[in-house]
Order: sequence, then structure tokens, then C-alpha cells
Amino acid sequence: MKILIIAEHGNGELNPATCELFGVPLGPRGKNEVHAVLVGAGEHGGRLAERLGHCGAVHVHRIDAPALAGYSAEAHGEAFERHIREWAPDVVLAAHTPRGRDLMPHLAARLDAALAADCHQLSLEDGVQARRPVFAGKAVAEVSFVGDGPRLITVRPRAFTAPAPDPGLSVQVTESAVEVPEPRTKLKETIAAGATRPDVSEASIVVTGGRSLGSAENFRFIEAFADRIGAAVGSSRAAVDAGYRPYRDQVGQTGKVVSPDVYVACGVSGAIQHLAGMRTSKHIVAINTDREAPIFQVADYGIVADLFEILPLLAKEAGDHPASTHPGENGRNGGGA
Amino acid sequence: MNIYVCIKQVPDTTTRIRLRDDGDGIDESDIKWIISPHDELAIEEALQVRERTPESTVTALTAGPARADDALRMALAMGVDRAVRLDLPGDADPAMNAKALAAAIGKVGPADIVFTGKEAIDDGAAQVGHLLAFHLGLPAVTAVNRVEYGDGKILCRRDAGGGNLETIEAPLPAVVAAQVGLNQPRYATAFNIIKARKKPIDTMAMTDLGVSESDRKTRLIHFHLPPPKQPCRFIDGPPADQARELIRVLREEIKAI
Repeated sequence: MKILIIAEHGNGELNPATCELFGVPLGPRGKNEVHAVLVGAGEHGGRLAERLGHCGAVHVHRIDAPALAGYSAEAHGEAFERHIREWAPDVVLAAHTPRGRDLMPHLAARLDAALAADCHQLSLEDGVQARRPVFAGKAVAEVSFVGDGPRLITVRPRAFTAPAPDPGLSVQVTESAVEVPEPRTKLKETIAAGATRPDVSEASIVVTGGRSLGSAENFRFIEAFADRIGAAVGSSRAAVDAGYRPYRDQVGQTGKVVSPDVYVACGVSGAIQHLAGMRTSKHIVAINTDREAPIFQVADYGIVADLFEILPLLAKEAGDHPASTHPGENGRNGGGA
Repeated sequence: MNIYVCIKQVPDTTTRIRLRDDGDGIDESDIKWIISPHDELAIEEALQVRERTPESTVTALTAGPARADDALRMALAMGVDRAVRLDLPGDADPAMNAKALAAAIGKVGPADIVFTGKEAIDDGAAQVGHLLAFHLGLPAVTAVNRVEYGDGKILCRRDAGGGNLETIEAPLPAVVAAQVGLNQPRYATAFNIIKARKKPIDTMAMTDLGVSESDRKTRLIHFHLPPPKQPCRFIDGPPADQARELIRVLREEIKAI
């Protein structure tokens, strides 16, 4: 089977979610052939191609053109489409990041191909076995592909662990320049979050506050603890609706669906639409004054306590032994696909 | 302006999902159905554009079985001018839905702008915006949380990952997929909900739209519910002890910090 990995990059770095794609069971090297394609990486292309090789790609195709310097679904879609038609992979993998979510449906349309989006369980060892959350994680379903053509699959970030890079692995790199028409959509401006914290959908630890914080100002208790452990700050929908936090922090079925290593829910009762957004987290900690709150039904660890008392204590305890910086907040963003 | 809004009827966010006996879908009895929340934002945006643009009409389209008429009635109650249901099965995949929506727009009349939600909260596939745009030969901008309307073009702000935002300029006509933050959808008044009951809903059959099961590319099968969690381990004691123990767990057992 021929497997093509679409490499996403930005600021001269591979997106960590791209490296995680090599953690999917891709089958033995002799049986499945794993290539990667790198579009619009420019001067960083050589280094990133080598890194993809260390992750496990036997061949990296670099494609550059002036119109590919910044991301657009149209221009990048054109470049990926041509390469896919030429190499004819059986499976095309990309990370289900904001970029992947935009690019892959467009590519599926161009190729008239099937797309299984946001798969969190996947094996390519013996054919394609793909499963994905439905109803925001309230259930899981298997994706059955109908008809021929390449199977396009996006993989949920953090569902797989990136293998340790092996500098002993060699990679073949081919470069091609293509002519790509100027896309109709134009990137006018990138507004950096300017945040000192990772984004909720990408962080390995998320500390979320609910409406019981009582005010936007009181989220400083959440922030102080989150900063000590290198966490993102999330918010329940109720706290967003109350104006305590911006929409981008909202975790839940109508906000962001997250699956960090650790999710700490503070003063979140556990409305079903919130649970849907975080229940695939690897470890869930709930802190609430009400021992009967539904959040404890999905929590691994529970603390019944007053937030304003426990959060400063947690920040202090964590601060006494400074948290190691965790990977993940750099390089996930950026201009490339 | 000829404004379209493509919506999907989905189970309410508070719905507890139960599976069908054959495991290849969910039990639809006792489900409260709603318009998918991101699609409500799309409706609101379409209505706001109409209110600013003389001689505009908003046509709401949905692909779905007869129950989806209720979603269209709610869209009519919110203020859309016309509603059309494309009679597709509830388990139609994004490829079928997008093809049907494009064909319907082809029949009703050329679009000046098409709004939809960034994803429906049932299958969360987030594909129809781009698929539909491609069928229509239009550019698409997805995950949009702000639109500025210019002369023959729009400036959209969207998620770029990493918490960053980007602004994208697109020529009109275009497909815009809305996400939370774009606007605050209006409530349909009780009076308008009653009035909407009497409004006509057009129906288009799959054969009229040139869509069939052979357009299907994926099917969701073998549904299962997440396994029940182990009971929660409560960390009791005075707050200082609770804090110390939790940090120890995070550091030594989970090794997360």
C-alpha cells in the first residue's frame, strides 16, 4: 500500500501533529511505502525533509512555487492534487488541525475522493481501519469507504504519539517546481495570538473554568495555576456566555473539542455538551464544591473543595517544583500546509 | 442579492445518544432535533446581509429526511424568505449532501453568497463547505468568525491554528462557513414560529437533483458508545493535603508535569 503524509509546517518547523502521523500503525516497511509531501517550505525544505525522514518517511517530495509561499486551499490543493494524481497513493494522511480541516475537504473535492475526517483510531497495517468520534465523542463509529480512489484521512491531534526521531534513517528527497495559478482567496493578515499560553485545542494540559468562577477577573486563579503547569486555559460555555472568557477558549460540542493528556475542570458542573468536548482527554481531574456534579462521572480524579481556596494552593504546590516546559505550543501554527 | 444558507438538522447538544440494535446508527426515537449551532450563525449572517442589501432574498436549504422540515420551519421563523428540503436519507455522507446542495442552488438560481456552518455537530465532518464550493466553482473560506463586506469582495477573519487568526480576502460569490463568534443568532419569536407553520417548504427529490447512492464515498458503521469510566478517585482531606496529593499524582503517576 502506498501512504502519503501531508506535512504541515509553519515558522520553519513541522507541526507536531504531522510528526504524530508517523505514530499511526503504518504497517511494516517492506509492505507499505510511506512518503511525505512538503509544499511551500522554501528555504526550510531541506531541513524539514530530513526531519520527515527521521520520523519514518522513505521519500519526501518537495514542491515549491511563488504562489505556495503562504497557505491557501486553492493553491496548495492544486499542488497536492497533481502530486497525488502522479504518485497515486492508496491513503493520504493529514492532521486534523485548522489547516488540515481546510485543505483536505478541498483536496477531496478536487480528487473526487473519500475523506474520513478527525479519526482518532486508525491502523494501516492490514488495509484501512478508521474510527472517528461522532456526536462530539458521545459515540464512536467506523468509517467504511465506498468505491475506488485514494482514501483521504485526517487524524485528530494527540490521538497518536510521534515516534522518537531516528537520525539513522535515510530519506530520498525529490524537488519539483510547479506552476500554480494565483488563488482567488488572498491571505491579507495573520494576527498572532500574542498569547503566553498554548491554545486549548493543542495543549497537552488544559485547565478549564466554569461559571462558578463568578467573574472574568476571578479567572486569574485559573490562569495562575495553569501558568505554573504550562497549561492552556479553557472555559465552559456558561462562562463564555457570561462574558468571562472569549469564544476561542470554549470547550464543548459547540466550542472546541479537546483531548489533552490532562484536563482539569474547575467549577464545571459537566453539562453533556461540555463532556462531549473533553471526554477523550487521557486523564480528567474535576474540582467542584458539589460531590454530586455530573463532571465526576467522567473524572479520574476528583477534589471536592472551594476553588478560591484550592487553586492558590495548587499553584503554590506546582510552583515549588517548577514544571518542565512541555512541547507543543511552538510550530503548530503557521503559514504552510 | 441571492443569498443561500445551508443548514443541517442534528440532535440537540443535551441529547443522550443511544444506538440502534444493528449498531450501524443511532436510535432516533426521543431525540429533540435542532438546527446545528454553527448553521444558526450562518442563518443570522445571511439575514444581516439581507437587511443591509435591498432586494435580497435568503433561501435556506437542507439535505435530510422529512423530519428536517422542522429545521427549515425554524429558519423561516428566524426570517429566511424561502426554504427547500432536499430529500436525502439522514445517513447521506458529505459527498452526497454537497452534491445535492450544489444541484439545488443550480435550480433555484445563481448564488451571490452562500453561508453554512463550519461543521454539523452530529458527524462533525466539516466537509460540505469546501465540497459545495468546488461543485459551484466558488472559493470557500471556512471557520470564519468575522466578515467585512466590501464591493464585490469580503474580508473574513478565521482560525489559523495555534490560537492565531488570519484575514482572508475572497471575491464574491463565495462560500463562507461560520463558526462561533461570528454573531449572536436571533431568537425566533413565538409569533413567527406560529406563522412559519403555514409557510410552504419546497421539496426536491434525489432524482431531480441527480444524486444517488452511487455518489456516496463513506458510510459510518459499527457505532459504539465510549466504555464507561472507572469510578472517580476522590482526593479527600484538608485543602492543603488535597493540593499536595493532586500535584503528586500529576507529577509522579501521570507524569504530566
